Amino acid sequence: MAKEILRVEKLNKFYAKQQILYDVDFSIAQGEVLALLGPSGSGKSTLIRCLNGLEEFSTGDLFFDGQKMVPTEKNWQQIRQKIGMVFQSYDLFSNLTVLENIVLGPIKVQKKSRSQAVQIATRLLKRVGLADYLQTYPRQLSGGQKQRIAIVRALALHPEVMLFDEVTASLDPEMVRGVLEIIKELSEKDNMTMIIVTHEMNFAEQIADRVLFLEDGHILENTPSKQFFVNSQTERAREFLESMKF
Amino acid sequence: MDHLGTSVLFAGNNFSRLLGGLWTTIWIALLALLIGLILGTFLGMMRTFKNRPVRLILRLYLEFFRIVPTVVLLFLAYYILPRQLNINLPAEQVAVLTFALWVAAEFSDIVRGALISVPKHQRESGLAIGLTHWQLFRYVLLPQALTLELPATINLATRVVKTTSLLMLISVMDVINIGQQIIEANGQSHPNGIFWVYGLIFFFYFIVDYPLSLLAKKLNAANQH
Repeated sequence: MAKEILRVEKLNKFYAKQQILYDVDFSIAQGEVLALLGPSGSGKSTLIRCLNGLEEFSTGDLFFDGQKMVPTEKNWQQIRQKIGMVFQSYDLFSNLTVLENIVLGPIKVQKKSRSQAVQIATRLLKRVGLADYLQTYPRQLSGGQKQRIAIVRALALHPEVMLFDEVTASLDPEMVRGVLEIIKELSEKDNMTMIIVTHEMNFAEQIADRVLFLEDGHILENTPSKQFFVNSQTERAREFLESMKF
Repeated sequence: MDHLGTSVLFAGNNFSRLLGGLWTTIWIALLALLIGLILGTFLGMMRTFKNRPVRLILRLYLEFFRIVPTVVLLFLAYYILPRQLNINLPAEQVAVLTFALWVAAEFSDIVRGALISVPKHQRESGLAIGLTHWQLFRYVLLPQALTLELPATINLATRVVKTTSLLMLISVMDVINIGQQIIEANGQSHPNGIFWVYGLIFFFYFIVDYPLSLLAKKLNAANQH
């Protein structure tokens, strides 16, 4: 059994009086890829954002590497270095070049030397095929390029877990593939632990070890992905999968 | 030429006195801007915090300086401070202090506006790579806010330069005050002096402020793209 990296226990989330997440329980082991699926508004993004403190949760517990997370600002700031996150809108810092975007975290947060950080950045950029863009500003890049660099920026901190929040949802169709291939390679080559919110069912089926199926803030299924896509446990999940097909 | 009265500008050391007055105007404006912009940046940042009492106090501070006319602020500082608090400062320092606080108030609002118009995702991706709030401001939000706030800031600077003309009321020897003295001293010999002296002062203010307003216009146009 691989080591458990992250565990969520009885997590509840309210916006004002409205409850968004209900008693969410799950855990993820090292190297595992978890796909968070479900209809729009089911709470997938809220859940994934709770995992690195961008959303506060109302009750419940988070454990990282077996340690209970005390949700203070300082603790989150520490733990975010271990949990990389990539968003739907490719949010490179528009005032910084590609290189500066990537080295900002390693230098300022992890206090690495500049030359060390530049080395990491160059190596990672080479890997995603963008080594020529070190001095480019984000506005000069395509969406797909920006998203690949956003992934690199997160990886530069050497995270233990990566969170992907609908990272291909606002890309042009022909850009999607390049980004998904990088994510897949991360899992296959680096054995990266990942939680992925996506609407690309084919991709989820290929990459995920397990699927969490959410609806209205409830986890309806927590199923190995092979089983989920072939023979879901719940009627609702089957309907959902059916609706995603053409 | 002399029947026009232009000689009043060059009689004795009049011209160098006027230049000296202009310099007083400029250094007071510059120093007030420098202090005010730095202070205003911090206040503007604090106005984006969640802490309600802090926000309320800073808001009241802004409104106070915005609503109370600058003349009244100057009089308050010049006449009331020494009497009530026993703080006796030279007029120039009172001017710098008052203007700096005024600039800080106005600039805090410019900074706040610029900061909240930086897309929310920029803040979140900064947090997501583990930046502290201070680092987030320093490396991401403030630099982006800066380009947004530059035109309004230059506009504020031109207002500050113009408003220094009120400083004669607290007997600072600024360019207007000196001009006034020259007009009065030469009233007999140069009855048209007032026209030339104020004409020159107009020109002085123009060469200081016009480049600033051109710059603001240019930056505004650049921001549209």
